[in-house]
Amino acid sequence: MRRHWWKILCIILLIYTFIAGLLIPLPYETAYVNSNLYETMRNFFFHVPMWFSQLALISVSLYYSIRYLRSPNPVYDIYATEFARTATVLGCLGLVTGSIWANYTWGTWWSNDPKQTGAAIALLIYVAYFVLRNSMPDLDKRARVASVYNIFAYFIYIPMILILPRLTESLHPGGKGSEGNPGLGGSSLDATMRLVFWPGVLGWCLLGTWISTLRLRVRLLEEKKHSA
Amino acid sequence: MNHILALIKKDLLLEIRQQYTFYGIVLYVASTIFVLYLAMGQPEEKVWNGLFWMIQLFICVNAVAKSFLQESQGRMLYFYTVAGARDFILSKLLFNAGLMILMSIVSLLLFQLLMGNPLQNPFRFIGFVCLGGCSLSLVFTFLAAIAARARQGAALMAILGFPLIIPQVLLLMKMSNTAFADVIQASLTQIILLLVALDALVIALAVILFPFLWKD
Repeated sequence: MRRHWWKILCIILLIYTFIAGLLIPLPYETAYVNSNLYETMRNFFFHVPMWFSQLALISVSLYYSIRYLRSPNPVYDIYATEFARTATVLGCLGLVTGSIWANYTWGTWWSNDPKQTGAAIALLIYVAYFVLRNSMPDLDKRARVASVYNIFAYFIYIPMILILPRLTESLHPGGKGSEGNPGLGGSSLDATMRLVFWPGVLGWCLLGTWISTLRLRVRLLEEKKHSA
Repeated sequence: MNHILALIKKDLLLEIRQQYTFYGIVLYVASTIFVLYLAMGQPEEKVWNGLFWMIQLFICVNAVAKSFLQESQGRMLYFYTVAGARDFILSKLLFNAGLMILMSIVSLLLFQLLMGNPLQNPFRFIGFVCLGGCSLSLVFTFLAAIAARARQGAALMAILGFPLIIPQVLLLMKMSNTAFADVIQASLTQIILLLVALDALVIALAVILFPFLWKD
């Protein structure tokens, strides 16, 4: 029980955000008067936390890549891979939910918004990471080269998603000349929404970690079987 | 510092003796732009700008890819023990930056010759071209090192590099759009500083990460 508290917390948080996210009243001004979001604004509770947890998981992946370079233990490399994998899945989900949302509010599935571009770049980077891994048969070399690429890509990706959306006008909040930051839309978030949103972020992060740990257990068992 | 200079001198000498990479790339530049000219004629400014930077991207992949692949495993080990990994990567970064600046200027001349000259502000554009060639070559040099380590060629470099180079390319396009008209863009200095900062970041990452890449 002591070891599983965070899984229970994850389930409770996600059930809470799913119920509250679909039921709470939306801020009338933002959703109806100043924009054409209407009820699609509820997607905010699902789409944005997915990207937050993607970011959290690639950061964990980065942490293990750095640890691998400091002390080459193959387990760290497996950790880095699996966290990056779950992050990529969450990124895909974030892209799809965003695209559906865009279709309802902006009229098209894809409109070359800087943040959509950023999302696509994130997926390309991590797909390239897996391609790079699979191009090398030698385990030790694969782990080292992939760790180096993972660190290099992360430190280019993060400045990029912080800078690019601010430079141009964007349909997303936080673009040039609009309020907020590249993650959230300033004051359009009222107190009730915050109460649903932040637990949702934590819930998705925990779910991502949970999925990664499950895959990790399988991978580590496989590894054991191979080496035995 | 002496090591770096010696390594650059070695690369230059190899280049002069073999005359393979340099003329190979010049031919690549010339034929690509000629094909482009046959296909497009003389396009308008925006297309011209976009095409120019896309061609730079492909030239860079091809020009830089050879820098690590041409060295054999044994010779790498030799450089590693004699000069150290940091000096080695710095010399490669500098050499490739120089090579790419040269290639960018050659392709700019060819673009002017074949694709028309929509530039209102040519001197500014030459500055951008030098900065751009330098930025592109820095990122791709490090990726060439990774690709060489994986024993792969330019294809893997392109897969790894294109997502990472997008910020630089977008900044470069934004910058160079100002060279086509006599407008003053207020945020131009800011964009140039951003690009220089990104370059500094790439150099720092390359210097920190390269020793791990070549440790065996």
